[in-house]
Amino acid sequence: MTLIDTRQPPEQASRKVADYKPSLLQSEEHGLCPGCGEPVAIRVVLEVIEELGLAQNNIAVLGHGCYGGFIMLLDVDSTLCLHGRAPATATGIKRMRPDTAVWTLQGDGDMVNEGLAEILHATARGENITCILLNNGVFGDTGGQMTAASVIGQRTKNSIDGRTADDHGYPIAIAELVASLQGSAYVARCSVHNAASIAQTRRCVRKAFQRQTEGQGLSLVEILTMCPTGWFVAPEAGTDYLMESLGKTYPLGEIKDRAAAPAATAE
Amino acid sequence: MSLTLFEGSEAIAEAAIAAGLRFYAGYPMSPATELLEHLARKLPASGGTCINAATEIEGVNMAMGAAAAGFRAATGSCGQGLALMQEAIAESALNETPLVVFNMARNQQDYFQATRGGGWGDYRTIALAPKDLPEAVELTQLAFHLADLYRVPVIVLGDNLLARTQVSVDVGRRDFGPLPPKDWQLDGTSGGSGKSRQIWTWGAGKHNTPGPGPSVHWARIAEKFDRIAETEMRWEEGFVEDAETVVVAFGTGGKFVEHVVHDLRGQGHRIGFFRPVTLWPFPGEALERATANARRVLVFELNAGQMIDDVRLNVRDRRIVRPIGGVSFDSSGLNLGPLMDATVIRQRILDTLEGATL
Repeated sequence: MTLIDTRQPPEQASRKVADYKPSLLQSEEHGLCPGCGEPVAIRVVLEVIEELGLAQNNIAVLGHGCYGGFIMLLDVDSTLCLHGRAPATATGIKRMRPDTAVWTLQGDGDMVNEGLAEILHATARGENITCILLNNGVFGDTGGQMTAASVIGQRTKNSIDGRTADDHGYPIAIAELVASLQGSAYVARCSVHNAASIAQTRRCVRKAFQRQTEGQGLSLVEILTMCPTGWFVAPEAGTDYLMESLGKTYPLGEIKDRAAAPAATAE
Repeated sequence: MSLTLFEGSEAIAEAAIAAGLRFYAGYPMSPATELLEHLARKLPASGGTCINAATEIEGVNMAMGAAAAGFRAATGSCGQGLALMQEAIAESALNETPLVVFNMARNQQDYFQATRGGGWGDYRTIALAPKDLPEAVELTQLAFHLADLYRVPVIVLGDNLLARTQVSVDVGRRDFGPLPPKDWQLDGTSGGSGKSRQIWTWGAGKHNTPGPGPSVHWARIAEKFDRIAETEMRWEEGFVEDAETVVVAFGTGGKFVEHVVHDLRGQGHRIGFFRPVTLWPFPGEALERATANARRVLVFELNAGQMIDDVRLNVRDRRIVRPIGGVSFDSSGLNLGPLMDATVIRQRILDTLEGATL
């Protein structure tokens, strides 16, 4: 296994998810920017699905954002639904196919801005789906505008001197919000800024899908991802910027785990 | 054939289940509320799922998900609720998920919404407008058939009278012929095969199996709607061969007009009626034939003038078209108001005949 030192800038622009291809990707060539964290996060999700033996038993529902381009790369039955509505669309799929692993892929603009009602109500209903949030604190696809998850002080194209609470209000910590509802089974916030955080993301995504298989309720893994283009920083500065901005507002770690009830022991 | 006395909403719920409905997500809004209530009770009992959606937007997107998974799915509300669903109705046309949407409307101000829509893109929506409950049962089942046949959204446009009147009907399953296999449905089994499936409005396909891309995809969908426009027009007409006056009306209004025209014929008036059953595709050529010898074409609709545009587009001389309907509400805000009355309709028709200013 090749270890990639993410503390150093890459020698060339990143255009591949990795040097070898997970089986649930039809191509590792993506169109995202150098330094983007989304391909790394998506790769982790796909590898976990394969490891759990769900490769031929899963359906993906993608929202609208840069990651939406992966609809053409995922080797998974998938739909790219309306902006913000992935948890609703996934609900319809899962209720009809309860034995299939159904997962959503959304950004912070998609989930926390456009689709706040859908994620909260899907959670409250305890829908047995796994939601993956790629949170970079900006609308990356449109070039770096403020989302409901942009942190105080964050420069975006429509908060050019930095987000202030007076002008723009406070960021929404969606993971804690979802964890506070009874219908959520597992909630974690992870990151992909270095090898250790990627490994932790893998563990959390794995638990999230396991909770779905166990029928425990909705699982959410929020993954903080780099968006150097949307943050107006150099690609190599993305990982540090992530932890200095979003990382300080949104603490990493498992927030909730309704683990499977231990099997009753035979007397 | 077995007749059972049902309230309209219950009959429509029974008809939908008989047609194979497996998923319904709705949001209460009168007079569409009872449809949700009946389905909430009946659908789980028949192995399906009914969800009380948090919003109309959530409901229609849930239904689209269930349809994408290959199951017959529907949502419903009345006109204002359908306004919230427009984006998803367009999406279902462009990503080709078969979706049935019930509109138990508050009167007849939904014609533009049903036939033009407010969503994005080059799409159309088949809109079926029954005149009474037996026809509503038939068209409910046809809606699911057409949705699957063409992979399009279909609207069933009813109203308060239809939803809340009790009538004896046969809700049993109708057979409309064979359907193509749902080889596009998302069942989750093709992951890692290199041939996984995709449902997306852009039609771009996957890396290994590229689709035609948005331009070609959308042009194909537009051609599909052109085919539907040619083949799926439905209408009812009466006494039009020698009619000097043809009255055009849709839905429940069409039934009232039919009754009044029968009556006036009995008194020797050379009058006929024409009722589009499909509001889209509008049966324009049939209307042109039906009004070929008419000196006046009267349009009865309970709105400020919506279907009259389609009538004017399709008659030989648009100057002979005259509205005899109008905005008509009762104090409940739900009903069809004082104009939906055979005596009123009859008087309005007679006024135009006596005026003879055309």
